[in-house]
Amino acid sequence: MARGHYRILLGAAAGVGKTYRMLQEGQQAQAEGRDVVIGYLEPHDRPDTLRLAEGLEIVPKLRTKRGNLELNEMDVDAVIRRAPELALVDELAHTNATGTRNQKRYEDIDDILDAGIDVISTVNVQHLESLNDAVFEMTDVRVRETFPDRILDEADEVVLVDLAPEGLQNRLRAGKIYGKDRVDAALSNFFRLDNLSALRELALREVAEDVEERRQEVLLDPLSKQAVQERVLVLVKPEPESQRVLRRAWRSAQRLGADLDALWVRRPGEQLDDGKMTSLAALRRLAVILGAEFIEEEADDLVSAVRRNVFDRGSTYVFVGTPDESRRREILHGSLVSALVRELPGVDIRVVANRAERRELSP
Amino acid sequence: MRLGRRHHLALDSDARRVLVPFVGELDPTVLAASLRIAKAENAVLVPAYLLIVPLGLPEDSPLTAEVEMALPLLEAVEHAALKEGVPVDARIEKGRSLTHALQRLWEVEDFDRVVVPAAANGGFTPKDLMWILAHAPGETAILRPAA
Repeated sequence: MARGHYRILLGAAAGVGKTYRMLQEGQQAQAEGRDVVIGYLEPHDRPDTLRLAEGLEIVPKLRTKRGNLELNEMDVDAVIRRAPELALVDELAHTNATGTRNQKRYEDIDDILDAGIDVISTVNVQHLESLNDAVFEMTDVRVRETFPDRILDEADEVVLVDLAPEGLQNRLRAGKIYGKDRVDAALSNFFRLDNLSALRELALREVAEDVEERRQEVLLDPLSKQAVQERVLVLVKPEPESQRVLRRAWRSAQRLGADLDALWVRRPGEQLDDGKMTSLAALRRLAVILGAEFIEEEADDLVSAVRRNVFDRGSTYVFVGTPDESRRREILHGSLVSALVRELPGVDIRVVANRAERRELSP
Repeated sequence: MRLGRRHHLALDSDARRVLVPFVGELDPTVLAASLRIAKAENAVLVPAYLLIVPLGLPEDSPLTAEVEMALPLLEAVEHAALKEGVPVDARIEKGRSLTHALQRLWEVEDFDRVVVPAAANGGFTPKDLMWILAHAPGETAILRPAA
């Protein structure tokens, strides 16, 4: 079954009109003859929103109890059983009550998409996981309900629902977002002009980056990319030495304008002590900072694993640290570098030395 | 001391670890003092270059320009450590602020001692120092760089 089409309406803050837009699109789809249901709607007691929902079928909510509190969640199973062509699901970052099918609503949506149902959903930019700290520093509000960045990356479409900060404040003053009793507090806290401007900028940037990434994907398919670009593969292991090797490979990759992959080949069943675990985690963090992809593979034969990755990724350079091989091992098993040169024709092999040892050389 | 290919300084996974966080540059007197401390304690020196991720960027953004500055500094520290016979395990850590970067590092790695340069180049502000004293996972030494 083909996965459903996923469209996310992204806004800078509550009240910009995401839910309204979602319902408008639902109404339009229904008018065009599509089978549309509301999987979950958060009307926030806004009369305009409630009016716009009229005429759209609402899948009954799942009612759960926590103590004396009754909670309403989306009934994912009911939506999937109902099998509409399009489901409207508000607030994808929402955390479900315990005991429901999934912990987060975006996981519910994933299940609905897997069932072949198209979904339109909404979210505010401050819920994006990677922006959590930025939003906190800007607004002094720590957003608890977050969603991973991959959700935006994996969506088929991300649409910005934009409203200028002044317009949003006007809507707030008119009581269209919160009740009149909350307006003054909101205007002097979260809905301050500087906050709204910063959040709007974040949302605009997020959508702009998304558009740019999609454009690049279309322009450069993997094969053509391989044909025009250098690519560096660096072999690492969970040892401090590899930090330097990875950094050095990154510098060379920068000069070549190449992408960088870091590969650790783990022997089957290999157990890591605490020190190696720390080194491995540090290598992963460094890879993120450098924008390198960290690949971990389990294999008996290091050279075969490297060859496979070089082929799959179109690597043109392989960087290795100075092999820690004794002369005896070299004679018995052969040198790693020689094996790489032999097994990777047409690929440059570079051994990264420790520059600090250079002064020990004497003629 | 002769250091050839077969003379790498071995890292004992139980060895004490001395963290020296810095940003921008590391004052030579602070580096020398850190090396003396690490040597005296038979410890591994962990120089950590701290990067600040601008608020406008996602936290997992690659920081090319900043890393370009960090790498030669870390290599210089590694060089100095090796020359002194001190095992070294360098890091680059990032965060929204210096203290945020430090907190992230402390969350995942253990340190027995933290050597912190105060003020001047590569140093921490009094506010940062107060935070470090309150949160550091090990004994903290605050060093004032040479004037």
